[in-house]
Amino acid sequence: MSPALRRRLTTLVFVLPLLVYLVAFYVYPLYRNLDLSLRDYTVRSFVAGDAPFSGWDNFRTVLDDPTFGPAMRHTMVFTFVSIAFQYVIGLALAVFFNRHFRLSTVLRALFLIPWLLPLIVSASTWSWMFNSESGVVNHLLGTVGLAPVGWLTSPDWALTAVIVANIWIGIPFNLVILYSGLQNIPGELYEAAALDGAGAWQQFRRITFPLLRPVSAITLLLGLVYTLKVFDLIWIMTKGGPGDASSTLATWSYQLGFGTLLPKFGPGAAVGDILILIALVFGLLYIRVQRRQEA
Amino acid sequence: MKSRGYTLIGLLLTALMLFPVYWMVNVSLTPQQDMRKDPPDLFPLHPTFEGYRAVLDDQLPYLGTSLLIGLGTVAVTLVIAAPAGYALAKLRPRGGGTLGLALLIAQMVPGIVMAMGFYGIFLDLGLLNSWWGLIVADSTIAVPFGVMIFTAFMSGIPGELIAAARIDGAGTWRTFRSVVLPLSRNALVTVSLFGFLWAWSDFVFANTLDGGGSWKPITLGIYKYIGNNNQEWNAIMATAVVASVPAAVLLVLAQRYVAAGVTAGAVKD
Repeated sequence: MSPALRRRLTTLVFVLPLLVYLVAFYVYPLYRNLDLSLRDYTVRSFVAGDAPFSGWDNFRTVLDDPTFGPAMRHTMVFTFVSIAFQYVIGLALAVFFNRHFRLSTVLRALFLIPWLLPLIVSASTWSWMFNSESGVVNHLLGTVGLAPVGWLTSPDWALTAVIVANIWIGIPFNLVILYSGLQNIPGELYEAAALDGAGAWQQFRRITFPLLRPVSAITLLLGLVYTLKVFDLIWIMTKGGPGDASSTLATWSYQLGFGTLLPKFGPGAAVGDILILIALVFGLLYIRVQRRQEA
Repeated sequence: MKSRGYTLIGLLLTALMLFPVYWMVNVSLTPQQDMRKDPPDLFPLHPTFEGYRAVLDDQLPYLGTSLLIGLGTVAVTLVIAAPAGYALAKLRPRGGGTLGLALLIAQMVPGIVMAMGFYGIFLDLGLLNSWWGLIVADSTIAVPFGVMIFTAFMSGIPGELIAAARIDGAGTWRTFRSVVLPLSRNALVTVSLFGFLWAWSDFVFANTLDGGGSWKPITLGIYKYIGNNNQEWNAIMATAVVASVPAAVLLVLAQRYVAAGVTAGAVKD
């Protein structure tokens, strides 16, 4: 065996487990999902595996469903409102912690907690805090003279409630990434600006924000991809309800496939495909931005 | 003087941010008869451990299963990701760039889509409701992340060290095991931490693939509590507190690895 061939074989041995793994546990499940969305599955044919090919029927069913419009709208509102608040609050905190005061390292570490907690823990805690009769949120509203809100029970508020909880969970991620971005801005820039008489706001607007743009773009796009697919939080807090009031593409897909006694795997998988497509658009945008920054 | 003002504001902001966590602990210690008191007790003045007793009585098997699934997921992730990361970093395989791109995209696939695909496959193979089927599914959350962390870290290992090992007569495998892996301790810790935490926290796969199993993880233990007796909130919150222990331990013991993991293109469902 020639040394070059030997070397190629050794390399293959190191990569092969990953390749096999990706094909078996990523490509194949995704293929199965696509297959589900293109066939007319019932519980019986799901088990027997002889569902007839039905082309775009499942997609047509889904697009004609009265839930589609609201689910799409909620997905977009949930994603963009969550990200806007997570980013703004995360950035403000990053700038704040960049002052390096006493205890700043410890406190910054404590801010990571919401992000590290299992989602079911955060979701059930927020559920109880948002409880209409006995929740602490309504109690606090009461102390400032506001009427109690049916956070999880009223169709007008359910989406807001899950967005609030999701913002809380996402702040640490934004804080950590933006903070690390701030570390790369040379301190001399601020010293020079201060000498020129620039105040704190001027420094933020003219130095911090423009120089942080690449990191901001990455943070926002990653946040977008990950927020689009949020499922646990909404499902545990509201199950997408009441009615469809807080259902997104992710919860609707699950609802169709697993949430009822008569599962509709085909349409559920079709909604999943649509979700992947949207995630992929932003994902590819993210990759492009990242590549351009590295180049 | 000015710094003290910042510290004060910092303490206030942290308290505000961690209020839900405090509330979880507070409710976990609240006696059942005070649960719907108005106004609610802001401090656990009459703490009870009924909730934690319920955890001991009901939830120990779930906690054990989660521990098993977490450790299994870490093992699978390391075995697949560490050699692949080494290959991508140092052995320059053909198509390495494409593979990196595929891993990046893999992390963007929504969990429910994967769950639905796995459901079909596991149904065919009779793997539904098995704990090791869940390990396989959970590892898909961590493997792409793991490969990327290992690749990034191992790229930083000086080529001379590897060349020196080769001159000493070590083959690629020997070099990997005796030189590269010991040097990659930080990456090993980071990948293990996140792999464990994600498997421990997983709800989507657990609920779809292991909903009827006899070995169910703690996330389903909490979920069942919420569904069955949505009155005993001290028991639910006590379970939530216990389920948060790994996250707390990680934060105390390994904070710098956590921060490193987040910034290294962090991912979480």
